[in-house]
Amino acid sequence: MSMTTRPPASPEKIPTRWERFLDSDILASFLRSKVTMVAAFVVLLLFIGAAFSPWIAPTNPFDPASVFLADANIPPAWQQGGEARFIFGTDDQGRDLYSAILYGLRVSLVVGGLGVILAASIGITLGLLAGYLGGRVDSLIMRIADVQLTFPAILIALLIDGVVRGIFKSASREDTAIYVLVISIGLSFWVQYARTVRGSTLVERNKDYVQAARLVGLPAPLIMLRHVLPNVIGPVLVILTINLALAVITEATLSFLGVGLPPTQPSLGTLISIGNRYLFSGDWWIVAFPGVTLAILVLAVNLLGDWLRDALNPRLR
Amino acid sequence: MTVPVLSVRDLTVEFVTRRGTLRALDKISFDIARGEVLGVVGESGAGKSVTGSAIIGLIDPPGRIAGGEVVLSGERVDNRPPEAMRRIRGKRIGMIFQDPLTSLNPLYRVGEQLIETIRTHTSLNAAEARKRAIALLDEVGIPAPDRRIDGYPHEFSGGMRQRVVIALALCAEPEFIIADEPTTALDVSVQAQIIALIKRLCSERGTSVMLVTHDMGVIAETADRVAVMYAGRIAEIGPVRDVVKDPLHPYAKGLMGAIPSIEGDADRLVQIPGSMPRLSAIPRGCAFNPRCAQAFARCHVERPELTRVGDRQVACHLYDQPKAEIAA
Amino acid sequence: MLAFILRRLFQSLLVMLSVALIAFAMFRFVGDPVNQLVSLDTPQAQVEQIRRSLGLDDPVIVQFFRYIYNAARLEFGVSYQFRLPVISLLGDRAPATLELAFMSALFSLLVGIPMGVYTALKRDSWLAKILQAVSLIGISLPTFLIGILLIYLFSVTLGLLPSFGRGEVVKIGNWWTTGLLTVSGLKALILPSITLGLFQMTLIMRLVRAEMLEVLRADYIKFARARGLRTRTVNFGHALKNTLVPVITIAGLQLGSIIAFAIITETVFQWPGMGLLFLRAVQNVDIPIMAAYLMLISFLFVSINLIVDLLYAAVDPRLRATIGAH
Repeated sequence: MSMTTRPPASPEKIPTRWERFLDSDILASFLRSKVTMVAAFVVLLLFIGAAFSPWIAPTNPFDPASVFLADANIPPAWQQGGEARFIFGTDDQGRDLYSAILYGLRVSLVVGGLGVILAASIGITLGLLAGYLGGRVDSLIMRIADVQLTFPAILIALLIDGVVRGIFKSASREDTAIYVLVISIGLSFWVQYARTVRGSTLVERNKDYVQAARLVGLPAPLIMLRHVLPNVIGPVLVILTINLALAVITEATLSFLGVGLPPTQPSLGTLISIGNRYLFSGDWWIVAFPGVTLAILVLAVNLLGDWLRDALNPRLR
Repeated sequence: MTVPVLSVRDLTVEFVTRRGTLRALDKISFDIARGEVLGVVGESGAGKSVTGSAIIGLIDPPGRIAGGEVVLSGERVDNRPPEAMRRIRGKRIGMIFQDPLTSLNPLYRVGEQLIETIRTHTSLNAAEARKRAIALLDEVGIPAPDRRIDGYPHEFSGGMRQRVVIALALCAEPEFIIADEPTTALDVSVQAQIIALIKRLCSERGTSVMLVTHDMGVIAETADRVAVMYAGRIAEIGPVRDVVKDPLHPYAKGLMGAIPSIEGDADRLVQIPGSMPRLSAIPRGCAFNPRCAQAFARCHVERPELTRVGDRQVACHLYDQPKAEIAA
Repeated sequence: MLAFILRRLFQSLLVMLSVALIAFAMFRFVGDPVNQLVSLDTPQAQVEQIRRSLGLDDPVIVQFFRYIYNAARLEFGVSYQFRLPVISLLGDRAPATLELAFMSALFSLLVGIPMGVYTALKRDSWLAKILQAVSLIGISLPTFLIGILLIYLFSVTLGLLPSFGRGEVVKIGNWWTTGLLTVSGLKALILPSITLGLFQMTLIMRLVRAEMLEVLRADYIKFARARGLRTRTVNFGHALKNTLVPVITIAGLQLGSIIAFAIITETVFQWPGMGLLFLRAVQNVDIPIMAAYLMLISFLFVSINLIVDLLYAAVDPRLRATIGAH
């Protein structure tokens, strides 16, 4: 009782990449999910705010000439004692919180973004090496990955932070803080990329074209990279998105703990850390607005990441 | 005529999905008499398993029974509240699933699963239930049952696990058993034993069986009557002799793998062209018409109802009108 | 079974060795142990002498094994900041951290598992949907923000609970101090435990929910229902037991994370534990404390991993069988 296969689909013109995208479930599921659209909008807004902060922000909170200590701890504009020129109030040094948040957002996103990019570069490189070379290199890299995975990223970031600052001892903290953070985040988050890329590389390695490339003397790893990347671009994108949220949290946490960015170039975490000191004197706004901004940013990026993961993984739908 | 053990009338099951409502079962009706074995055949997705689930009231959302009734020994059961339906499951209707490897909870001993089922449906105490469980295991052919009762499912082979599943289905002496492809997941060598076991146990107890299977050989040997299902409907139902040896419905003919040729000489294997339509795209008229070599105009517009032809019923326009030309 | 335990022990040992290598490298090369013991005007000859007396002239491999030997005896050197043996510093603060970690683990399990079960069983109810949404927010909020929020609510605004410290502690034996026996100690534990446990709680809830939904789809659950078992028996006997087996693993591993995440909570609440000590060490590049903390935490992680694996084997008869067969 075997059944023959259904008749072949009528020949159609091959759609372009863009048409395929428009037709794909990814776009459809994006448009269907209102939450995702709101999240995307929020992320876009925050990115724009961060990117154009020097033009959007009413003052430059890092310019000592425009900051006056006399303006310190002014509550938000709608509260009693608030002033119209400081919508969200001011911090302990008289900086306009709204401007400080925009600049802080910029610092947080730059550090988080660079950290994630560094992590992805390390992870993709090591994953490709492990998958391609196999043998001892593979087991060494994967063992390190296994061991590292058992520890929470924040602990590793803290350790690396301490070690790097131990090495950079002589340099002043203002100059190195950003690099220390990017390195800490990069080295804490590479494992997932490495695992994903390695898996895909193992599959590609045994295909004929790699063997052929070897025979002709072409650099097979480079050719493979071109074939591996399209396969892992989806998962890597998901990891990148979710890791961006994690990286921003990690940066904020390190800054809050006092081993991240100094108060002279505050990120959101630094602002929260400053505000925390004034919580008991009732100056809630110094901690509240940066805190809410951070929470919204992380939540929106997480929602985007969740949606991306579901959209790219047909099994879950 | 006595009251049938099971009587299904116009049973309709629908699945509400985002893309619309799908009909998995479309007004099917059949009876099973006491001690009778009804074979149910058809392709995957024809609605065989859904029928079983609907009878015992275990259609998972988004599916639901949208119409019709299920009558067990004269009492209507499909509209019972969940708790009352639960008491019927296992007690009056037993069920055997396809894959014995996944039917048993891996974390519980075989005995624990038997005893909890026995104690749910009877008033036996723990010791009595254990004795009953051992007797049941013995009856389904598990060697050294007093020892094996404390084993975990993974310690049993596939065939042995299916015997345990049969014991579980029979442990409250139900009047009716649904066996949903009970041998599909088993080694060929074990299949015949399991079928023989089900048949023997049920005929000893006078239990009726609804045997869902792909295997025509099993049907021919085991069943008293057979129902052929297609796209959520019954195409043909009748005594196994008639339906297997001389099917009327064109789909049943294809399914039985043989067409009696005009000259009456050797049978030859045929394929049914195309595949069964998805539930979302069932054609108008007879669901089988796009694949049917004998389809005519009426088949494309009007759905054929089950019509009595001799001892059996067929849903095909070729047979529901005396005048209809029987195209050969 | 024995072979399995031995193999796992060996793997754990390897992990500990590699961590020890990192700790040693930090200890030996990042912060020069000698520089911390001498001042700028110490004569060169004396520096050399200290160097020799510390064994820093020996081959690196010898130094490494000496480091491991000392670590095994819990000798991690002397803190640069406090000029005290690292182990006594850590020992003084261990009870605070362990009590905090224990309470938050308890909190996250006792609240997370029922919430996960509820959201899986009643997943279309509005409460389940709210819980699910709140859990996403819980995962997105950084720990320190949650702590600050709780302090603002319960300490600053309502004045109900203390915002810092352990409260009154009682000494038990020679080295253990507990806050569990006094009212102020218990009150002081509430906010930090919730802060620390909230992330794990949402994680456990989501995990239990996902796992339970998966299990509820399994054939043996369908068969259990087809056998007419009571809904309660099916959900809480069959489904829950199967759900909890993988959850044990993750929950166990989370216990390690809790101790590591305590760093943040201890900072927010000025909790006098190991995490706060470690943070001060990172801020001041106090390498001996960092290295010792790393070793200690790794030891905890590796032990927990090992215990979880064995526990897993004990709970799941299938695994027990495959292990036994090897």
